[in-house]
Amino acid sequence: MFPSLTQVLQTLFKGIINGQITVAIVKSMSRLLIGFSIAISLGLLFGYLIWRFKFVEDTLGFLVTALQSIPSIVWFPLAIIWFGLNDLSILFIVTIGATWTMTISATSGFKNVPVLYQRVAKTLGSSGIHFLRTVILPASVPQIISGLRIAWAFSWRALMAGELLGSGGGLGHLLETGRSLGQMDLVISVMIIIGIIGVIMDNVVFLRLEKNVQRKWGIS
Amino acid sequence: MYLTIDGVEKSFSHQEKGQVKVLDHIQLEIEKGQFVSIVGPSGCGKSTLLYLVAGLEKADKGEIRIGGKRVTGAGPERVVVFQEAGLFPWLTILDNVTYGLLLKGISKVEARKKAVDMLKMVHLSNYLDAYPHQLSGGMKQRVAIARALVMEPDILLMDEPFAALDEQTRMVLHNELLEIWKKTQVTILFITHNIREAVLLSEKIVVFETRPGKIKAIFNSRTMKDGIMPNEVMFQLEKKILSSLQDEIEKVLKEEMGDDYIFKTGSLHRDSSGDLGSHI
Repeated sequence: MFPSLTQVLQTLFKGIINGQITVAIVKSMSRLLIGFSIAISLGLLFGYLIWRFKFVEDTLGFLVTALQSIPSIVWFPLAIIWFGLNDLSILFIVTIGATWTMTISATSGFKNVPVLYQRVAKTLGSSGIHFLRTVILPASVPQIISGLRIAWAFSWRALMAGELLGSGGGLGHLLETGRSLGQMDLVISVMIIIGIIGVIMDNVVFLRLEKNVQRKWGIS
Repeated sequence: MYLTIDGVEKSFSHQEKGQVKVLDHIQLEIEKGQFVSIVGPSGCGKSTLLYLVAGLEKADKGEIRIGGKRVTGAGPERVVVFQEAGLFPWLTILDNVTYGLLLKGISKVEARKKAVDMLKMVHLSNYLDAYPHQLSGGMKQRVAIARALVMEPDILLMDEPFAALDEQTRMVLHNELLEIWKKTQVTILFITHNIREAVLLSEKIVVFETRPGKIKAIFNSRTMKDGIMPNEVMFQLEKKILSSLQDEIEKVLKEEMGDDYIFKTGSLHRDSSGDLGSHI
């Protein structure tokens, strides 16, 4: 059962105009944005704790590596039991999908801040929060950006899987709708949208961010 | 005495050798406004001593006092210029230089003014908005010196600041540093493994012995402040320092190359007339 190209484009166009796809995009992106932001904040926080405290590194640091290798959709059954089959469950797996990889990137970013920068800052009188904000964080920006990129990929996949299995709208849910109605043109339209959003985020947002930093720092 | 290093000892733990003593009972006094160099073979602990004065490391024994006050941690009154410039690549040259000033609580306008003045002194006022990677090695090192001096430190600590630069750049920077020192009257503690550099720049040269690091001899060369030292005097002083360093160099070389190595005595790597480039 394969729809024709024109049929797919028609459905795609109609879906964007009448709002079926547009609403789904907005819904998915808002979920992603919330989950992703939480994941980034948690990742940076965990990364800081692991970098700063040896006992956190020995405990959480080890655990994170294990957790990272669990695909986030595996958490879904648990999430349903904890939160019910709703937005919160989806948000949970989106967040958990990106948190661990972000933690790992942040940790290695913080750990690889050259000792020289730290010494320079200290002799100039920097310490505490100021030291974190003006040296450790900016010095690990290149690694944090590549971390963001991977974290985004993880949470994007988790979001689609979650929406497909869960409910409450979004692009994944639209796929499921297409399947149950036997509307393959809709399914493929949504796949195209998913691909486009993926490319835009990766090439336009993250790659540009990375390039900007590289240019400014003179790496490349 | 302005800077007093009083019986300082420092050991590091080594994986195979256990505790290794790097500095053994260092006793040194430096007057305000003096330019003091420490020379010694690599690994003799001279950089460690500098980090102790900077407060980046803690001494196991003894204490360091500056103007009667004991050093307990790093602070902006003892700024270090490292071998590599260590400019923050995410900040412009101007922001790099104002970094420490803003920390001191100086207003943005004031900090900018001071930084620009200082960058003028090192002849880099055209590069205020450039990023560090756009500058050459020598220029970066000049920014690092400006960043240190703008803090108006009580003492400027320099850890082989010119070692990674090419000869021409180094020559220029030597002259600039002397100019700055005369202008600002700042106390300078200068670490180097280059005897000629030490003789050229400083009033007092401390020769270090290696493993454990100890002070072997102290030479004075009082001529610098008034003008250029005659070649012959400089050469003699260099020779004296070299012969005092000889055993140490031999010790290090033997460790690295085996027992059959014999160091040729008194061989400075140039002839005694000092002709090399002296008539340019």
